[in-house]
Amino acid sequence: MGRRTLVSRAVVPAPGQRRAPPAQAGGLLPWLRRNFFRSPLNALATLLSLAAIAAALPRLARWAVTDAVWSSPDAEACKQAAGACWAVVPEKYRVMLFGTFPYDEQWRGMLAVAVILGLALYCALARPSARAVAASWLAAMAAVFVLMLGGVLGLEPVGTHAWGGLPLTLIMFVGTVAGGVPLGVVLALGRRSSMPAIRAVCVGFIEVVRGLPLVTVLFMASLMLPLFMPEGMSIDKFLRAQIAMTLFFAAYAAEVVRGGLQAIGKGQYEAADTVGLSYRQKMAYVILPQVGRIVLPSMMNEIIRAFKNTTFIGIIGMFDVLRATSTAIQDPVWVRYSIEAYLFIALLYFVMCYGMSRHSARIEDELTVRR
Amino acid sequence: MTPTPAGRRPARPPLSLRNAWNNVHTRAWIYQLLVVAGLLGLGAYLIGNAQHALSKQGISTGFSFLGARAGFEIGEKSIAFSSTDSFLRAYGVAILNTLKVSAASILLATVVGVAVGLGRLSANPLVRKLASIYVEVFRNTPQLIQLVFWYTLIANLPRPREAFSLGGMAFLSNRGLTLPWPGDMPVLRGFNFQGGVTLSPEFVALLLGLSLYIAAFIAEIVRSGVQSVGRGQVEAAQAVGLGRADIYRRIVFPQALRVMVPPAAGQYVSIIKNSSLGVAIGYPELFNVNNTIVTLSGHTVEAIAIMMSIYLAISFAIAALMNLYNRCVQIRER
Repeated sequence: MGRRTLVSRAVVPAPGQRRAPPAQAGGLLPWLRRNFFRSPLNALATLLSLAAIAAALPRLARWAVTDAVWSSPDAEACKQAAGACWAVVPEKYRVMLFGTFPYDEQWRGMLAVAVILGLALYCALARPSARAVAASWLAAMAAVFVLMLGGVLGLEPVGTHAWGGLPLTLIMFVGTVAGGVPLGVVLALGRRSSMPAIRAVCVGFIEVVRGLPLVTVLFMASLMLPLFMPEGMSIDKFLRAQIAMTLFFAAYAAEVVRGGLQAIGKGQYEAADTVGLSYRQKMAYVILPQVGRIVLPSMMNEIIRAFKNTTFIGIIGMFDVLRATSTAIQDPVWVRYSIEAYLFIALLYFVMCYGMSRHSARIEDELTVRR
Repeated sequence: MTPTPAGRRPARPPLSLRNAWNNVHTRAWIYQLLVVAGLLGLGAYLIGNAQHALSKQGISTGFSFLGARAGFEIGEKSIAFSSTDSFLRAYGVAILNTLKVSAASILLATVVGVAVGLGRLSANPLVRKLASIYVEVFRNTPQLIQLVFWYTLIANLPRPREAFSLGGMAFLSNRGLTLPWPGDMPVLRGFNFQGGVTLSPEFVALLLGLSLYIAAFIAEIVRSGVQSVGRGQVEAAQAVGLGRADIYRRIVFPQALRVMVPPAAGQYVSIIKNSSLGVAIGYPELFNVNNTIVTLSGHTVEAIAIMMSIYLAISFAIAALMNLYNRCVQIRER
């Protein structure tokens, strides 16, 4: 470092004398200079960004809006147009959103989606108590299963093999989180247990599952689980995928919970022991409530990831939103407009994931303020 | 052990079932025995079922099928392979393909991730906004959709004749990305390029799908790593007269690295594991080739066991390297 020089431009004020802070010039131009042209590098970054925006934005806008075709039942208009063919969405949305679910019964899937999204929104905005959340989700999911499976109340029975699209994605997601979080807590507690055999079992499970790709776990569940069942017994494909998704999520949830358990001071454990609480009481009333608050943001990250991961079930042959969409655009008339269809479902996922992450950030802010 | 009066051991409570149950240690032993016995029993039961099912289907078990003739072709390979080669060699080809696409993706994800992460820290609001849009878009959409999107995009590119030319050296078409190689420039001959190195559409799509998604997470790791370096460190560096570049290179970056490397390694493992998504677009990586082997050989259990062991070995190897690194960079308290 040869360039290091001792330069002191600051003028030391005389004792007792106060200097006013340097005045910041107001107005548009100084503001621009301060933020966008502070240094040559900064100016270059500004110009490059502006150039990139100027090059991409008009072209993108022309393709996606100005030259786009919004409706065209037979794709004829799309062939003439230079822009996007959004007409694929109104033409194919039934298959994209409901997959192979019987066409005349798709209102049931719609209703199931409305119940799940409605309850999720209600819980996020009104923040009912934990007990109310659990009770309402249990009731809602029972209703969703009745609605989807049918066979009662005069509803046509629909097997899980015919489920598809958004209802399948959402049910799989809710099942994964509802089963995976409690299992994750148990695994995390087991990993910190003083009993070596319990610890070994939990560590082994967590590390092995976390070392494997999700598709291999799904693949194993779909191919090997039937092999391990006693003769004549079979688990349906939906349930096998659900088990795999839940176990996979639980291993990651367990590591999140473990982080929270480690963050809690030893004094909390000792205080709970001192007042004579049993292990169960200690965990339920002292430790886990604090862990819950600490791990909420990282647990939300895992939950968002679990939601994105529901697309993986398409690989073992289930018709989630992505696979249903891929199937919908096999239609030779529309296959040229696959990009538009994928962008549409990407937007669908984005809205839901972004919503979840914003919500999580808001809760995190509140918790930091309160602490 | 707490000292007892007169050095005597505390009187043992009389031996009885109730007392044994109330003793913490005894109870711990009983719990553990129950769990271990339960798991062993379950395992034996499941394996018994599987053996019964397999013997009924007349499927032999064992790993001798690895030497048998594979009977299928692999489109992309780093070592010679034809359908007369063995299953074992097919695994070799598949592992190399997995490692190849993972290594390239790790490289690209790091470059893009660091650039975007530094962009989010930029003093320039425009750059900051662009970087944060990148992060939000790529983080909040499923990786598999991104992958399928890239693959479809490449398939919809013009033919080699109308390929996008990148400076007349590299060409992007529906046949993939053709790059120049030292002493071997790509030239358009007939319907395709000759010379240079052509990366297949599957490879390019998987590369983009893996790296651009993970880059968003790496960007966040870089940002939080740099922000984790105390303000005082920067101010102290300014006070001794270091320039901006030196502050970054000598003060901020070395300290941020310690915070960034472990989560970044987690993301790299995630790239390797999710290279298995190549199956969705037909890139012959380990998971994809293993599916073919399962179908052709009929040795489902063995093939899945082999595949899982390979993935586990890779994950555990990186985890072990990580622990080693952490031990090296740990702050030594004096």
